[in-house]
Amino acid sequence: MTAHSPSEISYSAHAARWGLMFITALFVLLPFWITVLGGFKTQGELSANPLGLPKVWQTEAYTDILVSPKTWHMLGNSVLITGFTVALVLILASMLAFTFSHIKFAGRNYLYSYVILGMMFPGATAILPLFIKIRDLGLLDTYAGVILPQVAFGLAMSVLLFRTFFEQLPKDLFEAALVDGCGYGRFFWRIVIPLSQPILATVGVFVLVQSWNNYIFPLIMLNDQSVYPWPLGLMEFRGQYGAEWNRILAYITITILPAVVFFLFAQKYIVAGLTGGAVKG
Amino acid sequence: MSAQILSSHRTPWTQRLNAWFYRHNQGGRLTTLVLFLPPALTVFTLFVILPISESGLYSFFRWNGFTELSEGGRFVGLRNFAQMLQHDVFHVAVWNTLKIVLISLVIQLPLAMAVALAVASKSRINNLFRLIFFLPFILADVVAGLIWRFIYDGGTGLVAAVTNLFNLEAFYPLADADWAFNAILVVVIWKYFGYHMMIYIAGLQGISDDMIEAAKLDGASPWKIITKVKLPLIWPAIRLSIFFSVIGALQFFEMAMPLVQSGGPGGSAHTIVTYLYEFGIVRTRVGFGSAVAVVLFLACAVFAFTYQRYVMRQRD
Repeated sequence: MTAHSPSEISYSAHAARWGLMFITALFVLLPFWITVLGGFKTQGELSANPLGLPKVWQTEAYTDILVSPKTWHMLGNSVLITGFTVALVLILASMLAFTFSHIKFAGRNYLYSYVILGMMFPGATAILPLFIKIRDLGLLDTYAGVILPQVAFGLAMSVLLFRTFFEQLPKDLFEAALVDGCGYGRFFWRIVIPLSQPILATVGVFVLVQSWNNYIFPLIMLNDQSVYPWPLGLMEFRGQYGAEWNRILAYITITILPAVVFFLFAQKYIVAGLTGGAVKG
Repeated sequence: MSAQILSSHRTPWTQRLNAWFYRHNQGGRLTTLVLFLPPALTVFTLFVILPISESGLYSFFRWNGFTELSEGGRFVGLRNFAQMLQHDVFHVAVWNTLKIVLISLVIQLPLAMAVALAVASKSRINNLFRLIFFLPFILADVVAGLIWRFIYDGGTGLVAAVTNLFNLEAFYPLADADWAFNAILVVVIWKYFGYHMMIYIAGLQGISDDMIEAAKLDGASPWKIITKVKLPLIWPAIRLSIFFSVIGALQFFEMAMPLVQSGGPGGSAHTIVTYLYEFGIVRTRVGFGSAVAVVLFLACAVFAFTYQRYVMRQRD
């Protein structure tokens, strides 16, 4: 300590800080860089020129994927599955959380603990009986066969987030509404929901990313390629093209591009949603 | 006769029910409960709680799942569990799962903390770095796995580029029993450290500037401020991120799928869930797979309850 002047210390601290930031950023970004450019290279150029720009920009790998109807069909499947999952979780979880936060009834806290229990157990603990149940319901190879388990496993965390938010709403609000003859139902739809836009966005984004990226439920429940969402399609594409890495890298780039753009636009909600309320704001 | 006497000095039951209903249904309370509770609870019970319980039941049977349990299933007691506990690949899977926890505690979380400290203060450039560090986390696990599958490819990937450059023999880390799982651990850090960083940043931003100023006035060095002021103050964020790391390790599966098939060379890269998938689902052994699920369930439950009891509840 005494050997260094304060400015010397802060100089080395600054250097260490920037060094750490740049090296870590390099570690994070390098795989993205290689992936995006890889799709523009020929197979032979991949290992000969891993980091540089392509000598000749080959767009074939990208255009082949973009003109294939299969790609768009798969994207449609993903949009359907994710859309229904998000909508159902938002409706079911907000209604359940509202009863937990605003209506007193016997056993309320037990029921709440029962639902929160779902947060601790990964889908894998239920996957075999879940497969049998979905099969017995005749829902294998259907969108519903993926949506229902996704909704069920999305509920616990969503109810937690909704309940925390609802309980912070001013109590006078409800008393005033009740005096004015507004019942619980109307209070929920007309007052609570319009006030809950931030939490709806947070939970919505959380469920959306989970569902969009989910692989295990579609893997188990879907066999028919015509209903594959994109993570399954990606793995199937990889199986089909084996070691043609330039094609696979192009495919990866096309699938992550919307995610990255979406992330840049909705980063506030994504960070709040994905860190599950651990991060405020 | 007696019923007549009983009811004669009471109002008819329909009226009493009406009164009760009126009293309890103020503001549509009962109606709302009846409409709001069942849908979510039914879905949750049917597709989360019931299947988890059924795993417990199935784990005592030898059953392929294609017939009714009562017809095709054979009760085998604890034999599935005995078989699993004696299987050396299962030992590898448990050890690898623990390795993810260890690597999180020793490398991932300290890295996340270091970058969190570096970029916590609000500025444009810090915000940019935060976005970069968080970027891998928004990718699907299968995508992260596939990108690194290419990097580790000894024929065309980055590893090939390095071995070509130095004229070394081609090297396939994911096909090498000593390297495969360590290679996966690198991807785990790459994908998840940004998530933990965000949790820490939220904690750091909650520390009031006065506290830091006071420490500075007392002559505390920057290092002392970090270790004696900041870290103790964000302990709630740290224990939360440890909780998520362990739960994440216990359910680690999707990222492994594109990286290694069937648990990697000689099953050396199995984790508990990939083991469940390989030996329960792929081989359609519902009973055996359910036994693995029960062990996984117990691991989650024991960890979650002890951690809640002894770490999360403690006073800061």
